[in-house]
Amino acid sequence: MSAEAQTSSGYILHHLTNMTYGKLPAGSYCDGEHVMEQAGWTLAHCKEETSAMGFSAVHVDSMGWSIFLGVLFCWLFRRVAVKAAANKGAPTGLQNAVEMIIEFVDGTVSDIFHHRNRLVAPMALTIFVWIFMMNLMDLLPVDWLPHAAGIITGNPHLFLKVVPTTDPNVTLGMSFTVFGLMLFFSIKEKGVVGFVKELTLHPFHAPKWYFNVFLIPINLVLETVSLIAKPISLGLRLFGNMYAGEMIFILIAIMFGAGVLLGSLAGVLQWAWAVFHILIITLQAFVFMVLTIVYMAMAHDVSEEH
Amino acid sequence: MNINLTLIGQSITFLIFVWFCMKFVWPFIRNAMDARTQQIAEGLSAAERAHRDLELAQDRASSQLKEAKAEVASIIEQANRRAAQIVDEAKDRAREEGERIKAAAQAEIEQETNRAREQLRTQVGVLAVAGAERILGRAIDVNAHRDIVDRLAQEL
Repeated sequence: MSAEAQTSSGYILHHLTNMTYGKLPAGSYCDGEHVMEQAGWTLAHCKEETSAMGFSAVHVDSMGWSIFLGVLFCWLFRRVAVKAAANKGAPTGLQNAVEMIIEFVDGTVSDIFHHRNRLVAPMALTIFVWIFMMNLMDLLPVDWLPHAAGIITGNPHLFLKVVPTTDPNVTLGMSFTVFGLMLFFSIKEKGVVGFVKELTLHPFHAPKWYFNVFLIPINLVLETVSLIAKPISLGLRLFGNMYAGEMIFILIAIMFGAGVLLGSLAGVLQWAWAVFHILIITLQAFVFMVLTIVYMAMAHDVSEEH
Repeated sequence: MNINLTLIGQSITFLIFVWFCMKFVWPFIRNAMDARTQQIAEGLSAAERAHRDLELAQDRASSQLKEAKAEVASIIEQANRRAAQIVDEAKDRAREEGERIKAAAQAEIEQETNRAREQLRTQVGVLAVAGAERILGRAIDVNAHRDIVDRLAQEL
């Protein structure tokens, strides 16, 4: 019983560990199995090695899948773009689908964002499609790609996480980039003074300067917290949803090994959860896109003067 | 759940994809879509215009047809009138001709009658004289009794 519990938790842990390539300091890890004579860049073989690598490591699987999907997105859309620019007739096939997505994104952007900026709409499109594609990897049965990778490389213990958005590095990387752009456009549109004013003179403002002296620190704390909370909540929302969804898929996958009755129940659950997940992955991609547009609009909005 | 270099890698990747999309994807598709929207709008307005033109042409055609019909009707009427006129004229002429022929015939008849009468008169005179000669049994000077013979012939 305890051995089975061990394998179950081992299975879960295996599925939740990234393929990590990083700088491993010298020493012994993984129950003394692999001993590093000297510090060097290598693939981590176990959780301990991953932890020992610290910040100087890259999740090869997250990066690989996200770049693969991003390149796929760029390739598909570029193909349609070339076709659309060359063909003046009625659109067909893929072009219809792409134009539908673009129309949708453009509508959302023009509803929320009322300034002139060439970046926002393409960024919203990239976010929506790319995140949707990354989330979509969640619908693949959890063992397919890791198992296939294990067979191809000949290492059955190879770590491979196929859903990039279940990696907080990926989601936070995107949200921090959005945050950076937000700060950049804030300062570009309002100037440093305007930006500082926005942080210090809201939400409390008094008509007399000697009251303001006391209100400014309070405002600064409140505004800074709400500012910092934006990218973190943006990244963690996506990560949390996808991580939880992936976790449930893994738990369902464990049930497959527990007899005919539970196995068939797992099949039904897998199907039901996948259907529900279609909604979640689309919704999360949409939410990330909309919030990005909203933040960009906030960066451009010059609030009332005080 | 380690935070590591993936964070920065992902940021850079994200920016590259956004840049690519902004540079090579979005404007192309957006422009193509805008151009098509304009093209469709133009097509629709052209169709609308053509429809209106067609209506106008139909109106013009039907008015022309009406005019032509009216003209035809007037021509037919005129022709009818002319025909009636010709018939009338012909009738008149025929009547005149008939009358003229009748008059000529009558005149001829009268002439013939007169001539016959003249002849008869002369012959009556001769006959009367001959009769009287026979009755009287002697020659009578025709010239001495001319007035009587003439009066007799006049009475015929």
